[in-house]
This record gives sequence, C-alpha cells and structure tokens, in this order.
Amino acid sequence: MLTEILFYTFATVLVGAAIGVVMSRNPVHSVLFLVLCFCNAAVLWLLIEAEFLAIVLVLVYVGAVMVLFLFVVMMLDINIETLREGFTRYAPLGGLIALIVIIEFYYVLWVKRLGLDVTGGVAPMPEGYSNTEAVGAVLYTDYVYPFQLAAVVLLIAIVAAISLTMRRRPGLKTQDVSMQVAVRRQDRVRLVKVEVEGEQ
Amino acid sequence: MITLSHYLFLAGILFAIAVAGIFLNRKNVIVLLMCIELMLLAVNFNFVAFSRFLGNLDGQIFVFFILTVAAAEAAIGLAILVVLFRERRSINVDDLDVMKG
Amino acid sequence: MAMEQVYLAIVLAPLAAAVVSGFLGRWIGRIAAHTLCIAGVALSFALSAWVLKLLVVGSLDPYNGLVYTWAVSDGMRMEVGFLVDNLTALMMTVVTFVSLMVHVYTIGYMRDDPGYQRFFAYISLFTFSMLMLVMSNNFLQLFFGWEAVGLVSYLLIGFWYKRPTAIFANLKAFVVNRIGDFGFVLGIAGIAYYTGTLDYAEAFARTDMIVGQDIFLTPGEPTKAITIICILLFIGAMGKSAQVPLHVWLPDSMEGPTPISALIHAATMVTAGIFMVARLSPIFELSEAALSFILIIGATTALFMGLLGLVNNDIKRVIAYSTLSQLGYMTVALGAGAYAAGIFHLMTHAFFKALLFLAAGSVIIAMHHEQDMRRMGGLRKYMPVTYWTTLIGSLALIGFPGLSGFFSKDIIIEAVHESRIEGAVYAYWCVLLGVFVTALYSFRLVFLTFHGKERMDEHTREHLHESPLVVTLPLIALAIPSIVIGWLTVDPVVFGGFFSGAISQSPDGPLAEIGTSFHGAAGFVLHEAGSPGVYLAAAGVLTAWLLYLKWPTLPGLLQSRLPKVHRLLDNKYYFDWFNEHVIAAGARSFGRNLWKRGDERVIDGWLVNGSANAVARVAGVVRQLQTGYLYHYAFAMIIGLSMLLAWLLIKG
Repeated sequence: MLTEILFYTFATVLVGAAIGVVMSRNPVHSVLFLVLCFCNAAVLWLLIEAEFLAIVLVLVYVGAVMVLFLFVVMMLDINIETLREGFTRYAPLGGLIALIVIIEFYYVLWVKRLGLDVTGGVAPMPEGYSNTEAVGAVLYTDYVYPFQLAAVVLLIAIVAAISLTMRRRPGLKTQDVSMQVAVRRQDRVRLVKVEVEGEQ
Repeated sequence: MITLSHYLFLAGILFAIAVAGIFLNRKNVIVLLMCIELMLLAVNFNFVAFSRFLGNLDGQIFVFFILTVAAAEAAIGLAILVVLFRERRSINVDDLDVMKG
Repeated sequence: MAMEQVYLAIVLAPLAAAVVSGFLGRWIGRIAAHTLCIAGVALSFALSAWVLKLLVVGSLDPYNGLVYTWAVSDGMRMEVGFLVDNLTALMMTVVTFVSLMVHVYTIGYMRDDPGYQRFFAYISLFTFSMLMLVMSNNFLQLFFGWEAVGLVSYLLIGFWYKRPTAIFANLKAFVVNRIGDFGFVLGIAGIAYYTGTLDYAEAFARTDMIVGQDIFLTPGEPTKAITIICILLFIGAMGKSAQVPLHVWLPDSMEGPTPISALIHAATMVTAGIFMVARLSPIFELSEAALSFILIIGATTALFMGLLGLVNNDIKRVIAYSTLSQLGYMTVALGAGAYAAGIFHLMTHAFFKALLFLAAGSVIIAMHHEQDMRRMGGLRKYMPVTYWTTLIGSLALIGFPGLSGFFSKDIIIEAVHESRIEGAVYAYWCVLLGVFVTALYSFRLVFLTFHGKERMDEHTREHLHESPLVVTLPLIALAIPSIVIGWLTVDPVVFGGFFSGAISQSPDGPLAEIGTSFHGAAGFVLHEAGSPGVYLAAAGVLTAWLLYLKWPTLPGLLQSRLPKVHRLLDNKYYFDWFNEHVIAAGARSFGRNLWKRGDERVIDGWLVNGSANAVARVAGVVRQLQTGYLYHYAFAMIIGLSMLLAWLLIKG
C-alpha cells in the first residue's frame, strides 16, 4: 500500500515536472523542472530496487549534466520574451500528438499486452543482494569492451566539446608545439663567410 | 500492486510530453535538448522497469550506457549551441534553416 | 620449300612493297618505290605462274590450309587460310600479270604526278588485297579482301583528291559498294548461322543444313533460306561487279587514273563478284531461283549498259560501259550454271579490257589528258602501236573468230541458249543483241579515235607522238594473250576437268551440252564462225563504219530524230537521277526527320531534357517539404512512428 502511494505521488510530480519543462516560460525554470524530473525518476527507480542507477542518475545527471545545462542557459544572453511566440498556436497540435502517442501506449500496455506478464510484481531478490555489486559483476565481465568503448565515447565528447568551443584570440602569446618540433637546422643556423679585412 | 504496466505507461506519458515539447518549442534550442533528455529518461524508465520485473540485469547495463552517451550528447550539443549563439546571437529554432531545400 | 611459304610470299611481297613505298616513299624516292613495287608484284606473278604450272601439268595437289587462327568464338573459327586450286591459281596468275603490266605502264603514265610513290603503294596494296580475296579459304578472309579492294578502289578513284568530281566519284563508289556489301555480309551471316562455320570446305559439306530451311520474310510465306542467302551473296557481287542497279559507281570511277581503270575497274576487282559466285558455286547450284535472278540481272546489264556506250563521248567511259556489259556477260554465264565459261570470259576479258584501257590511257597521254573522242580522230598514223593493240583488243572484245573474246563470249551465248532455267530466253536475246551493240560501240571508239578527220587543235596535233616504251610494252604484252589465250586454253578450262573440285557444275548443265559437240579450238572456230553472234558482230562493225566514217553526219541526224531515246541514254536510264532524287533525297529527308523529330524532339526534348525537367519540377515541389526546421523533421518522424505503431496494432 505504501509503495502504491509513493509511486503515484512521485509519478504525479514527475509528470507535472515534465509538463513544467515543456511549458515554462523561462529556460532556467525548464532546467530546474528537469532536475526535479530526474530526482523523481531516481526515487521511482529506488522503488523497484534499482539503487545503483538511481544514484548514478542523481550524481551524473543532476550533478553534472544538468549543471552544465544551467550554466549554458545562464551564460547565453537569451531574450526570454521572444521565446514564447507562437506557443499557443502550436499547442493544440502538440497536445494532439502527445495524446495519440499516449493512447497508443495505453492500447499496447493494457489491451494488447503482447504476451508479456505485465501484472506481476517486481522479481524477488535473495537476502543480502546488492544491486551495485550485481551490476558491477556484469559490467566488468560481459560488458567490459562496451564499457571501454563508453569511456572512449566520453573522451571524444570532451575533445569535441573543447575543440568546438575553443576560440583562438589573435595576439595571444602562446607556443606552437608542432612548429617547435618541426623546426629544421637551416631555419635557425646560417653560415656566413666573412671577408677578412686585414691586409690593405 | 504496482506492476510493469504502471512503469511502462508512466514512461509513455513522459515520452509523449517530450514529443509535444519538441513541437511546442520553436524558439529555444536548449528546451529541445532538454526534451531529448526527457525522452531518453522515458526510455531508461522502460529499460529499468523491464530489467527489474523480468529479473534480467542487462537492461540496467544498457541504461548505464545510455546515460554515458546522453552525457556525451549533452556536452557536444551544448557546445554546438554555444558556437551557434556566438555566430548568430540567437538560439531561435526558426532562424536555423540552413538545411532548407 | 613448303608450298605454304610460297603462297605466303605471293601474298606478302606486294604488301611489303606497298608498306615500304607508302610509308617511306618520300625517303626512298621514285625509282626505288617503283622498282620495289614492280619487284614485289613480279615475284608474285612468277610464283603464281609457277604454282599454276605445277597444278596443271605437275603433280601438285590443291592446297587448303590454315595459316593463322585469329579468334575462336563459340565454335566459330575466324582464320586466315589459303585455298589454292586451279580456280585460285588461274585468278592469281591473271591478277598478278595484269597488275604487273599496270605497274610497268604506270611508270610512263604517272611520270609527272606528285603522288607517284603513293600511287605505287596503292596498286601494290590492291594486289595484296585481291590476292587475299582470291586465295582465301574462308568467308571471313574473303570479306576482308572484298573490303580491302573496295578501300583501295576508293583511295584510287579519289587519287587526284583535289578534283571535286573525283571525290564525288569515290564517295559514290564507296557508298554503292556498301549497299552491296551489306547484302554480302548478311549472306555470309546466313551461311554462318545455318552451318556454323566460315570455312569454305566445311560450309560446302554442310549445305544440306541450309537446304531444308525456310525463312519467313513476310509472315506466313516461307522462302527458301538457300535462295535468300544466294541472292544476298549475289547482291554483294552486284555491288562489286557493278551489275544493274548497283552499277552506277563504275562509270564515275573513271575519274581515277587510267592504270587504275585498267587494273581495278576492268580486269580484277570488278570481277571479284564473278569469282565469288564461281567459288561459292556449290551453294549457288542449290537454288535455281537465285540463278534465275543472277541470269536476268546479268542479261539486263549486258545489253542495256552496252547501249549506253553508244552515246558517250568520253573514251574511258565508253570502255567503262563496255566493262559493265562484259561483266553482265560473265554474270549471265554464272546464272546459266556455266561457271567455267564465266571464269573463262573473266580471264580473257581481263587481258583485252586491260589492254583497251591502257591503250586509251596511251591516247590520253598523247592528247594531253583530253578524253573527249569528238576532239580526236586520225590518230592511227601518229600512234601505230597503240592503234594496232587497240584494234586487237576491240576485235577480241567483239568476238572476232579465233581471238580470245570469241571463244569465251560464244560459249556464254551457247550456254544461255542451252539453259532451261527461268529467264533464259530473255537472257539469250539480251546477250545476242549485246554482241551487235558491243561491236558497234567498240568500233565507234576505234573509228572516232584513230580514223577520220583530225579534230584536235593545232597545238595538240604538233605534239602527237607514240607513247614511250614503258607504255607500249604492256600494251604489246597484253595484246598477245588477248589473241591467243582463248585458242590455247578453251579446251581444258571450259570443257576439260580444269575446275573439277573447285567449281561445282551440274553434269547435265549447259556446258556439258556444248561439250559434246566440241572438238578442239580449231573445230570450234569453224563451227561457230557461222553462228548468229559472228554475223551480228560483223553487222555492228559495218554499222559503225557507216555511221562514223562513211556518213559522219548521220549520228547527229539520228540523235535529233529520236530525241527521247537519246535523252534516255544520255541520262543513263535516269539511274543517277533516281538515286539522287529519290533514294538520296529520301534518305536525307528521312534522316532529317529522325534528327529533328526523333532526336531533337522526342529523345532530347522528351526523354533526356524532359525527364530532367520533370525531375526538376517534381523536386521544386518536393523541396518545399525540406524547410530546414528541426521540428518539422521531428514532426515527420513522430507522425511516421505513430502511424507505424498504429499499423502494427491494427494488423495484429
């Protein structure tokens, strides 16, 4: 009973926050609503005993990605007034699409079922089970190469983000390593034959 | 009792809201990016729910990778956004029609 | 030395000479060029004559061998090979002999021409091509030789390429020959299709594979495949041997230098068609319809082309029409199934017609390249050698008893008389009347040129003299066989087994009929001296004498009395007019229609540019969809996704 109350409460807040992300006038508010979304999602995941991912969601997403969002939103000087133009004009269409998608999901989940047992509860776990340990055990064995790949993806993302945003300002005094490495002897040393001016 | 369907339907609603958000927001690329994050969250919801209700851990591993890729995507997306704003002094979606045929 | 090397040497000696004097002519000079070419042809002639002697009196067997396999495609072997039997050896000897005479003669005739080495290269190349043609043992090589002689003919007719008439004439010759070649190549294709081989011997052995076959030219009406193939092959011969209606190029080809007229357009190349039909006689024998066709075409050519010789005033063109007429005689012989007689006439004709042409050339040299007979006359006393040789040639041509033409022509007439195939009666009257016409135009030429009043201007008259030895020597050398060759060879060549194995002649054909009453050349002369042909020839000579010597005003009178006939003859039965205004103009307007309507409007307008325009128009509409706005794309994706989902759900 308690689980149901918690689920519905957090689910309601989650949906409300999601609507807030979409509808709010100020992008800063949108980001904050999104943070709320993620927090609620984390709680809902905790409810079905996916603790590790819940924590990761909060730490990585809320702690890093959302802060990045917030930072960018605040850094960019955006004219908030113009951002809302045409919102009401498209609202019916957007709503209609959302409604269609929701109906279709509903139809799939409660009418068709597609052969899934969607009425049972969470798979029971043995005593002393640790979600984090279990995930780790799978991640570092079966998925070790994808895990490495994920690291590479992140590295590339870092390189890409930096190279995209970095600006070269003229007049800055910096070293060019490649030129330093590629230097040749004749660029630096010049042998000059000097006339002897002794006997006159 | 909270069943798999509850979670899946909740994810569906989240996804639908995100889709609607993409249509509604014509002025702000950042909100579009956030809508994409919402969509990914909905998908993650599905993975986690399936993983737990079917007792298979692979779903959660997938969520882990999705989070990784989503983080990378957010970083690059925002970087592009910053460059874009520098170039055009605007992140209005209506101004971004370079791909027009 | 193996015979194969001999045959190769025969063929390659002129080619080597042609290549050297053609490509290096400027460096080696005139004398080296003509020495080389004459040496090459002389070698060919000597070896050919030796081979002929070995074949006739020696123990040499006919040779049929492969030299080189060019390609094999789906079992079809494309080869270079030689078939040397009596027929080939005879042709080789005739070709190389006339060619040698012409080579020598050319030294005198082309003395002042800047294209001297080029000319020698061409005629040597021609000799090579003609030898390849006659020595071939397969259809492919035959076709190669066929086209090669056509090419050299084209080059030589247009030898004086600065004359517009020469260029027109060589183009005409080339185009008309292409029509014939089209039929020829189709005929070869037909043989290859039915027998699966290009080799003569194999194809002849498999003729039964063609005989039963039918071709449906029009739906529901079968035509015998063998007839169609034979007629197609003969169309090739019609082009090359200038039979009506593909004869129009030969008179115009007289634009070329006279030695060429003698060599190519009288003695050798134009007889290629006759040779081809004789060579392929095992196939032609199978289709009586095709033989009838050949007979009628030949007879028509023999009579009506001869008539044209009566009104022409150009000395070379008169001989050209005479050539056409004589080719008609040969064709008639083929059609009557008397292949040996055709080849025999080919041989005798090669000698006396080359002689006549070279004599005409000699006259033309003396007249400073004046060819109009109305400005000649009385040349007899200035050029005795030329006169006498011309007279010998003319007598041989009209069939004076005992001379070479008498035997060959009379046998043809007799053979046609004996022939029982369709059209033989028509052909008989044509060739018989042709004798009168032949005598008339021949002696018109002789009388106008060598007798009567001297009608040339003073300047020319002062410079008249007999031609140099290089010119007269070939004339004499050709006059001798013109007299005696018939007498010497009629018995073995026509009635003996000379061509057995080379030519397929039905044992109850017309020649066998004549052969029963043939008892030696002398007997034949006596027997045939009273034949209608001889009387008609005498009548022709007499008429010519009356018209052109006794009453020289009479021809003009006749001309004004019979304007329609004269106009018809003067316009050569309007063949050229028809070709120019109906065929050529039709083809041009057809081509213009295809170009303007078919190409520019349909293909370019609708298909090429039209499709491009359609794509551009459609794209112009479709590109409106590509707004470049992110949400439009997302919208399309989501719509698609939800539709897909809906479809999956509804489907099941």
